[in-house]
Amino acid sequence: MAYVPLADQDSEMEMHHPHSWVTKYVWSQDHKVIAIQYGGLAIAVGVVALVLSLLMRMQLGFPETFDLIDPSSYYQSVTMHGMIMVVYMLTALLLGGFGNYLIPLMCGARDMVFPFLNMLSVWVYALSVIILMASFFVDGGPTGGGWTLYPPQTAMAGTPGHDMGIVLMLLSLAVFIVAFTMGGLNYVTTILQYRCRGLTMMRLPLTVWGIFIATILGLFAFPALLVSAIMMLFDMLLGTSFFMPAVIESGTPLDHNGGSPILFQHLFWFFGHPEVYIVALPAFGLVSDVLSTHARKNIFGYRMMVWAIIAIGGLSFIVWAHHMYVSGMNPYFGFFFATTTLIIAVPTALKVYNWVLTLWEGDIRLNAPMYFAIGFIFTFIHGGLTGLFLGNVVIDLPLSDTYFVVAHFHMVMGVSPVLVIFAALYHWYPKVTGRMFHEGMAKAHFWCTFLGTYAIYLPMHYLGFLGVPRRYYAMGSTDFIPETAQDLNVTITYAALFVGAAQLLFFINIFWSLRNGEKSGPNPWGSASLEWQTPDTPPVHGNWGDELPTVYRWAYDYSVPGAHEDFIPQNVPESVEPTADEQHFDPSHDTSKADV
Amino acid sequence: MSEAAISGAGTMPGSSTLVDDWSADKQAYHVPWGKAMMWIFLVSDTFIFTCFLTGYLHVRLTTTEPWPLQSEIFALSFGGDPIPLILIAIMTFILITSSGTMALAVNFGYRRDKAKTFWFMVATAAFGASFVGMQAFEWSKLILEEGVRPWGNPFGAPQFGSIFFMITGFHGLHVTAGVIYLLTVAFKVKKGHYDKKGYEIVEIAGLYWHFVDLVWVFIFAFFYLL
Repeated sequence: MAYVPLADQDSEMEMHHPHSWVTKYVWSQDHKVIAIQYGGLAIAVGVVALVLSLLMRMQLGFPETFDLIDPSSYYQSVTMHGMIMVVYMLTALLLGGFGNYLIPLMCGARDMVFPFLNMLSVWVYALSVIILMASFFVDGGPTGGGWTLYPPQTAMAGTPGHDMGIVLMLLSLAVFIVAFTMGGLNYVTTILQYRCRGLTMMRLPLTVWGIFIATILGLFAFPALLVSAIMMLFDMLLGTSFFMPAVIESGTPLDHNGGSPILFQHLFWFFGHPEVYIVALPAFGLVSDVLSTHARKNIFGYRMMVWAIIAIGGLSFIVWAHHMYVSGMNPYFGFFFATTTLIIAVPTALKVYNWVLTLWEGDIRLNAPMYFAIGFIFTFIHGGLTGLFLGNVVIDLPLSDTYFVVAHFHMVMGVSPVLVIFAALYHWYPKVTGRMFHEGMAKAHFWCTFLGTYAIYLPMHYLGFLGVPRRYYAMGSTDFIPETAQDLNVTITYAALFVGAAQLLFFINIFWSLRNGEKSGPNPWGSASLEWQTPDTPPVHGNWGDELPTVYRWAYDYSVPGAHEDFIPQNVPESVEPTADEQHFDPSHDTSKADV
Repeated sequence: MSEAAISGAGTMPGSSTLVDDWSADKQAYHVPWGKAMMWIFLVSDTFIFTCFLTGYLHVRLTTTEPWPLQSEIFALSFGGDPIPLILIAIMTFILITSSGTMALAVNFGYRRDKAKTFWFMVATAAFGASFVGMQAFEWSKLILEEGVRPWGNPFGAPQFGSIFFMITGFHGLHVTAGVIYLLTVAFKVKKGHYDKKGYEIVEIAGLYWHFVDLVWVFIFAFFYLL
């Protein structure tokens, strides 16, 4: 039964145009408003998590100085910082924020395919954040079991938040997964089914590819977290023993026996490892577009970039147990998971080479988004190389649960995606607001953040080699850790406070520029991709005016020989401008292809 | 598919269609948005049930106490000897029958026979509701007569009850949601709500229903038979 694509239908989809302030800004079904709601809320909870990390640093740098921080609140800060940053900030900002804003614009669509579901998604996400924040105010406070929530520790009386805190955390995660599923189904269906005329999958900007594969990973990985959350909730509330073995606590046996804590670890990391790539792949996509635009050069090896994203996404499902080397496993499993882990380095390195080769002999414009994008290449190589250490079982065993691990994952999935997020926020700020940000302030923000994060995380590698364990409230006096390690801790704390304060530059910049920034015009960077070709800036509801655009080329026609300008927008017909060198890219043999 | 001959030359016929679909502009599949979205949702839901069943198998292997004999627990006696798994057999039969009536409803939907579509959907929902009813009977028998609880039971490993209530409960919620979904669509069909939009929605609801049936087959095989 043939189905007529929307771009070919006489009457288009009905837009639910807003009628009042409430339907325009609160219960909005416009993907752009939803994106800003998602992004704003994600950044707000990110600030909470940032403050928690600064509290931890103050304790580590200056132990026995602050009454505010006791062992319980330290562990609660560790837990909430990790969980908020990974799930509620990075995932929500990259997929809910950038995904919502850019997918319909880059696909030449009027909105997501199901705008109502999209609206539900953001408000259910808000509900999950409320539940999470509520755990700060219940008896016992939020859970302090570490962001991995390993049972039986999270459920034991010695762990802060072992009663209400963990229950609210699990509940909030389950609600978040519902929100993500509603949004994620929308993103995937929109990318697959709602592209404009001439826009084939292999003409999509890499941003869309990254978000597309990341969302699929999310739809397949979050179920494992949902299942483990449900099972652990049953353990907490109904007294079942899925994950709880027989435990004797202060001489009295608990009412559990026969459960398997290892099962939780498997389920958690079956979610947890793809989660790394749920965060990384959209960042890979965004940074590719920023680099290509500001280097005035097409992205190097577009097809290989797409296949690398797909390969990384596929491999990410068969590496999870490299987080569990110290949990104990059959040596052959360790061998298998180490091998698959190291294989991921191949497509990842391919992407890094292609970014560098995109810069090679480019007409590089060193503005703020480009600073952040190039900074990302540094931090990502750095974090990626330490990942090769930790992927090997024999090297992982002594380094596991030390500051080396903390440094590794903060470089690779903390700093790197955050630098991309800043690059992307600055890059698309003119499209979202119609105004330019303050360039000098943005560059100052870059140098403070980039150098500051190196000042934080480089010494941590060294602490890890010394064997300083992570998640410790205070070291006390230990034989194997030299006293000078504390000097490094103090330095790191100063750097962390500095970087935290430097983020004010970002907030001042974006709010100040809302009113005082120069008018940017529709396409200040001279970008070729479709979102910069909207008739209005910022784009209005419906995005494209009377008629949907038609795409004639890929998104990377920069510096084409013989063209009038150094970029050719995607929606410029081939007859008007000479096409990119045919041998470089030939996405589909016949662009005027009609559906049968 | 006029391009099939060009781009698919030398490859298998099925793969050339796939390549054509994916290299097309506008859309990757010739299906409505709702149908594409339902397929993706079902794959995601498959992961949920797979995690549940894998978790069950793991727990059953690692638990310290012996696993109870399902065929004895799930036996019913009608006057004479107990017949093992008889209730589950009837429930499975009913659910698979409902897939048949659902398929008929989809067929009549595409023929735009509103009355027959409506009645076959209502019949499907009725089968589904009776499945949930029998599940409620099974639960109440286990809880009230045999003393099975989520945290323990008289037969052996406490995880038996935990897993049973969790997995059949989660599946029962799916069936209940499906019954509500089917009835909503059925009454909209009756009112002629889809005359202009087309009757793909019946097939979309059918996809969900067949999925719920398929999941039950796996639960039946893994939990009751294994």
